[in-house]
Amino acid sequence: MPFFPRPRHTIMFLEQLGEVGILIVQTLRSIFRRRWERGMLVRQLEEIGVRSIPVVTLTAAFGGLVFGLQTYIGFHRYIGAGSEAYAGPIISLGLSKELIPLLVAVMVSGRVGSAMAAQIGTMKITEQIDALFSLGADPVRYLVAPRAVASVIMVPCLTMFGDLIGMAAGYFYIVIAMGVNRHIYLQNTMLYLELWDVATGLIKAAVFGAVIAIIGCWQGLKTRGGAEGVGRATTRTVVISSITILILNFFLSKALPSNLKLQ
Amino acid sequence: MTMIKIVGLYRSFGATPVLRGVDLEVRRGETMVVIGQSGSGKSVLIKHLIGLLKPDQGEIYVDGTEISRIRGDALQKVTRKFGMLFQGAALFDSLTVGQNVRFGLERYTSYSRDEMDRIVADCLAKVGLRGVERLMPHELSGGMKKRVGLARAIAYSPDIMLYDEPSTGIDPIRADAINDLINVMKTELRVTSVVITHDMVSSYKVADRIAMLHDGRIIEIGTPPEIQHSRNPVVQQFIRGEAEGPIKIF
Repeated sequence: MPFFPRPRHTIMFLEQLGEVGILIVQTLRSIFRRRWERGMLVRQLEEIGVRSIPVVTLTAAFGGLVFGLQTYIGFHRYIGAGSEAYAGPIISLGLSKELIPLLVAVMVSGRVGSAMAAQIGTMKITEQIDALFSLGADPVRYLVAPRAVASVIMVPCLTMFGDLIGMAAGYFYIVIAMGVNRHIYLQNTMLYLELWDVATGLIKAAVFGAVIAIIGCWQGLKTRGGAEGVGRATTRTVVISSITILILNFFLSKALPSNLKLQ
Repeated sequence: MTMIKIVGLYRSFGATPVLRGVDLEVRRGETMVVIGQSGSGKSVLIKHLIGLLKPDQGEIYVDGTEISRIRGDALQKVTRKFGMLFQGAALFDSLTVGQNVRFGLERYTSYSRDEMDRIVADCLAKVGLRGVERLMPHELSGGMKKRVGLARAIAYSPDIMLYDEPSTGIDPIRADAINDLINVMKTELRVTSVVITHDMVSSYKVADRIAMLHDGRIIEIGTPPEIQHSRNPVVQQFIRGEAEGPIKIF
C-alpha cells in the first residue's frame, strides 16, 4: 500500500515546525538583547569546542586517510601509474567542502546535541527551568542563546581544524605511505584549491552548528516524564539533527556557488 | 488589604480540566495554606501565580496588577515580588550551593560582590546551614537541598513566598523546622505566603487560613479551627485522612 501522510501526522509535523520556528525567533531576540549570560557562553564554548577536539581529530584523521586511499586507487586504476600526484586537489576539495563539515557536524551532534537535550531535559523534569524563570532568568536567554552562539562559533572552528587534520592525513597516505612525488602533490593542491572551497565548508558548518543547538535545546525544553522522557529526547535529538544536517548539506551544496569568480 | 486575588480561574491540559473556576483572595502578610488531594491541581494553581502557566480563562491580580495577560519585562517585574520553594528544591545542579543562593540576587538586585557573599551566608545561616557554599547540590541530603532552596528563595527579600509541598520528602523533625522558618518569614519579614500541602500537621502550624481545593474549585476556606469543625464531609474526610467517604480514590 502506498504511503500517504495522514492529516494528523501532517498537523503534528507543522506544529513541531512551528515550535522550532518560535524557538529560533526567541533565541535571535535573546542574542541581540543586552545582558548576555557570559559565564554560560564561555562554558559552552569550552564544552562544544575544546572538549570535541579529540573526537574531531580521530574522525578527520581517518576520514582523510580513507579518502586518500580511495583517491589513490582511483587514479592508479583509471588514469595510470604516476597520476596519483594529482590526487591532492581532489582530496583537499572533497574534504573541506563536503566530508569534514558533514563528519564534524554529525559527531558534534552525537556528542554535544544529545548532551544539550539530556541536560535541559533533566532540568525540565526537576523543575529547574521553572526555578530559572522564578529567579528572573529567561530560560531561552540563559540556556538556549549561549548554546546556539557557542555552537555557531565552534562547529566552523572544529571544521577548520578537521580540514587541516584530514588534509594532513591524506598527504600522509599518498606522499609518505605510497611514495608519491611531494612537490607535484603540493603544487597541484595549491594551484587548484581555492579559499572559497574552504569557506563553503565553514559556512555549512555554521548552519549545522545552529541546527545542532536548536534541535538539542528544543527537544530538551519539551521533555516530559522521567528518565524515559530524557532518553527519548536524547535519541530524537541525534536522529533529527543528523537527518536535518544530511538534507541541508545537499541544498547548501546546491545553493552555494562553486566559486566566487564573476560569470 | 488583598495581596493576591484569583477570579474564576480555569485551566485544562488537553481534554482534562484541572482548575474549574478557582476564586481565592490572600491578604497582605497572611499565610494561606491550600490543601487538597495529590493531583487536585495545587501545583498548577501556584504556578499560575508566578506566571509559569497562563490561565485558559480568569484573572489573577498580584498587588493590584493583573498578571495573566502580561509577558516579558512587565511579568518579570511582578515575578520579582515572589520567592518560590519548589517541591524537589529544584537546585541548579551545575552550580554550587553559594552560586544557587546568589542566582536571584545577581538578577534582581545591584548589590556588590561582597554584599552578595554576606547575604548568601546570612540566608544559609537562617536555614541552619553554615559553610556549605562550595558544596555541589548532589553532595547534600534531601532536607539540606530543601533548606538551600528556601535560602535561595528568600535571598532577594521577596514580598510573597510560595511553598510547594515544603514538608514532602523530609523527616518530621526537619519538616517542623521548615514550618518554623515559614512562621519566622511571616513574623519577622512580614511576608505574604501561599503554602501548598497535604500535610495537615504542617497546615495547622503555619496557616492563618486554609483553603481546600477539590474538583478544580475551592470548596471551603477558613481559619484552622473553622476547617477542623467544617461540616463539609469532603473536608472532614481529607483532614482526618480517611479512605472511606465522599472522595473516591479507586
